[in-house]
Amino acid sequence: MTTDAAPVADGVAHRGEVVMRAEAVTKAYGGTHALRGVDFEIRRGEVTALIGENGAGKSTLMKILAGVEQPSTGVITLDGVPVDFRSPTQAVAHGVAIIHQELNLCPNLSISDNIFLAREEVRGGFVDFAAQRTAAAAFLERLEEPLDPTTLAGDLRLGQQQLVEIARALSEDARVLIMDEPTSALSHAEVEVLFRVIRDLTSRGVSIVYISHHLDECLELADNAVVLRDGRIVAEAPMADVDLGWIVTQMVGREEGDLYAPMAHDPGEVLLSVRDVVVADPDSPGRLAVRGVSFDLHAGEVIGVYGLMGAGRTELLEALAGRNRILSGTVELDGVDLARRDVASRIEQGLILVPEDRQRDGLVQTLSVGANMAVSAVNQFLRRGFVSRRAETAAVTETGAKVRVKTASFDAPIGSLSGGNQQKVVIGKALLTSPRVLVLDEPTRGIDVGAKADIFALVAAQARTGRAVLFATSEVGEVLYACDRILVMARGEIVAELDPRTTDREQLMAVADTSATPVDTTSFSPTGSDTNDEA
Amino acid sequence: MTATKNGSAPVSATAQARSRLLGNRGVGEFLLDQRAFVALIVLVIIFALMTDAFLTPTNLITMTKHVAYNAILALGMLLVIITGGIDLSVGSIVGLSGIVAGVMLQGWDLSLFDTTAYPAVWVVVVISLAVGGLVGALNGWLITRFNVAPFIATLGTMYIARGAALLISNGSTFPRLQGDPELGNTGFSFLGVGRPLGIPTAIWIMVIFAIVIWVLATRTRFGRHLYATGGNERAAQLSGVLVKSVKMRVYIISGLCAGMAGLIIASELTSAAPQTGQSFELNAIAAVVIGGASLAGGRGTVKGALIGAFVIGFLSDGLVLVGVSSFWQTVIKGLVIVLAVILDQSQERLKKARAAAQAAQSVKRELADRQPVATA
Repeated sequence: MTTDAAPVADGVAHRGEVVMRAEAVTKAYGGTHALRGVDFEIRRGEVTALIGENGAGKSTLMKILAGVEQPSTGVITLDGVPVDFRSPTQAVAHGVAIIHQELNLCPNLSISDNIFLAREEVRGGFVDFAAQRTAAAAFLERLEEPLDPTTLAGDLRLGQQQLVEIARALSEDARVLIMDEPTSALSHAEVEVLFRVIRDLTSRGVSIVYISHHLDECLELADNAVVLRDGRIVAEAPMADVDLGWIVTQMVGREEGDLYAPMAHDPGEVLLSVRDVVVADPDSPGRLAVRGVSFDLHAGEVIGVYGLMGAGRTELLEALAGRNRILSGTVELDGVDLARRDVASRIEQGLILVPEDRQRDGLVQTLSVGANMAVSAVNQFLRRGFVSRRAETAAVTETGAKVRVKTASFDAPIGSLSGGNQQKVVIGKALLTSPRVLVLDEPTRGIDVGAKADIFALVAAQARTGRAVLFATSEVGEVLYACDRILVMARGEIVAELDPRTTDREQLMAVADTSATPVDTTSFSPTGSDTNDEA
Repeated sequence: MTATKNGSAPVSATAQARSRLLGNRGVGEFLLDQRAFVALIVLVIIFALMTDAFLTPTNLITMTKHVAYNAILALGMLLVIITGGIDLSVGSIVGLSGIVAGVMLQGWDLSLFDTTAYPAVWVVVVISLAVGGLVGALNGWLITRFNVAPFIATLGTMYIARGAALLISNGSTFPRLQGDPELGNTGFSFLGVGRPLGIPTAIWIMVIFAIVIWVLATRTRFGRHLYATGGNERAAQLSGVLVKSVKMRVYIISGLCAGMAGLIIASELTSAAPQTGQSFELNAIAAVVIGGASLAGGRGTVKGALIGAFVIGFLSDGLVLVGVSSFWQTVIKGLVIVLAVILDQSQERLKKARAAAQAAQSVKRELADRQPVATA
């Protein structure tokens, strides 16, 4: 590794002292609190793992530290001095950089232009592109990813884009480096390289905050563990003192089994039969998001698809519903292959998707609660070519009661409902089309615990009427307690099929995470060098 | 590990030239990529075959002069479109800046001071350009300060600027702008009818504007921020790009370009009419789009916008020369614009489909090799 004399001495001398601190930080968005009085410390030359479930407030806290957002109340101090970052540029100027969870590259610019965006090397009024390319190549070399720095960011696969983000953060020469899910799209080998780079940085006194759903990564890498739950820090400990079981208990903080109604279904005959489905990644077409998935879904059955970020869950579900094109394979419902049909005819055949992003894909924000619910099934209310308000109202009222929407009236604007109730409206909309197979993508994202229980009760009730349900989630508790069968996805494939009654949390997480490794070595090597079909 | 760029084996000179030109693409793809230029060549060949009057130096210069003011508008429009915006006000600015020049050359009635001023031509030019830049600044202010959609903001200023031109001129035309030697304000006609080195001034101005904007877009910090803003505004902002300032500047530049075009036209006609420049914004947008820019932002080149302006200009003049009715000219122009966008879309689709097909092929091979996985 490269050595650099001065920073090493500095870093070693003051290792472990607090560099940056958040004191009693709260953050409110409208009425909801993302953070409720958080005290958080970052220590010099150490890796602090910030752990928590989706919606616990991890990303919000990191955005505040990096100047992307400002706290509602509370103080941030850097080297004991209060700071008030109004923008990420100010934070970078103070030596605080962040790698964002969602990729933030300009697809139309080259790798080196992205790395040096807003920090261009200007000489005599003109950008010194050659110097930028050389520097960019050096950072990529350090990440052992020798890409041509003139390649457009949009032409890179997701993992490479993530490495460019990391290279950008390295180029900012930060003292505090925040990494929010930096490995979600990286292969195992790339993760190893990143870990080496992180250890090199810490040895030079750089402080790292590391957020990852891959708990084994946190265990391997971090010096400290801090667990965030519902906007509060509930536990912190040196990583050496804790194990996976401790982390999981702290993350969840309750016996989840109590939340969900037990499943007791008698699966009927096969309704949906999926064979060898291959789907391209909609964001980077050269990469496959789903790599040959097969399974059967029976009448009255609830299947939970579990996988980490980037495992291909959403892409699989959207392909089943007709939003992503299926490159090869079949999707048979009652013996009819739907793989080449459009969304509307799949709905007509009885397969409908409740999409992951309900704000964007599930609801029409300008329509009322009732109109949103009726929008997919409007054909049922036609009387001589006109929409019958009476038929519509009757159907909406009945379904609204079935899904237990809490609303002042069905004429109320959809925005007046809470997230959980909005999700019930989306499910109600799907049910009005009388589906035989109900597909739900992250049905509980961003909604509170009570509404989660309602939604799974609803799902169970639907299954009991003979419908088949397939849902995808990144939350372990949901697959363990709310389905009959678990399919675990990793890197676009189903790597395990588990029985929730005989599986526990650690097992499931281990399967979802480590199973990626063997798959990875065979399928991500450039030309399949260890398969012998062409040798 | 960086052997990809420099360490290639010796290749014959022609093969090298070929690969420099084509990269690793086929000829068809190269033609599709350079379609605006190909279209221009095809146009020139067709018209040259149809009439001898087309490919003469005089006609080429005349046509290029006609191209010039649309090209200048298109250069400003290009920057706006790269940020993902649109500027509908440029046609009205053309009219307004001409009228402002007309007022001052005819005698600027300063009743407040009880005199009539006859400013020198360079003052007239600077003030008229400034008026264009000011309308551009108004666009930028509405868009960045109040978050008005660019389409709406510039639609509004399109009416405002046109109305201002009509108000100033009271709806009538200012004739005879050549000035009076006794008043010391002659020389305005240089912009429109001057011919330094035998080439009309308008063409020189187009070339200078093109070079300046090309340098701006490709060699400067501002240029990178311009493309970044259009490519992914949020990413640009998070990286520290001052997105609002970038937008403000492109609308000002677009306004200045339109002001310049207005001056050239007024000078050429030696008169200024308030209706001048109507629907010019649409020609400018068409030129930019034919040149391969994306209205979604992030994509577009100076070369493309210039070629686009030439395609539109040569098409109209050529059709006149071969005697096609002006009604058909309008239809044909519309077809060319739509065709350009269709080709653009199909090129994108082609690229995506090819990448996906390649990936799918490799998985199919893999699937065939793998033992069947038992389900349930």
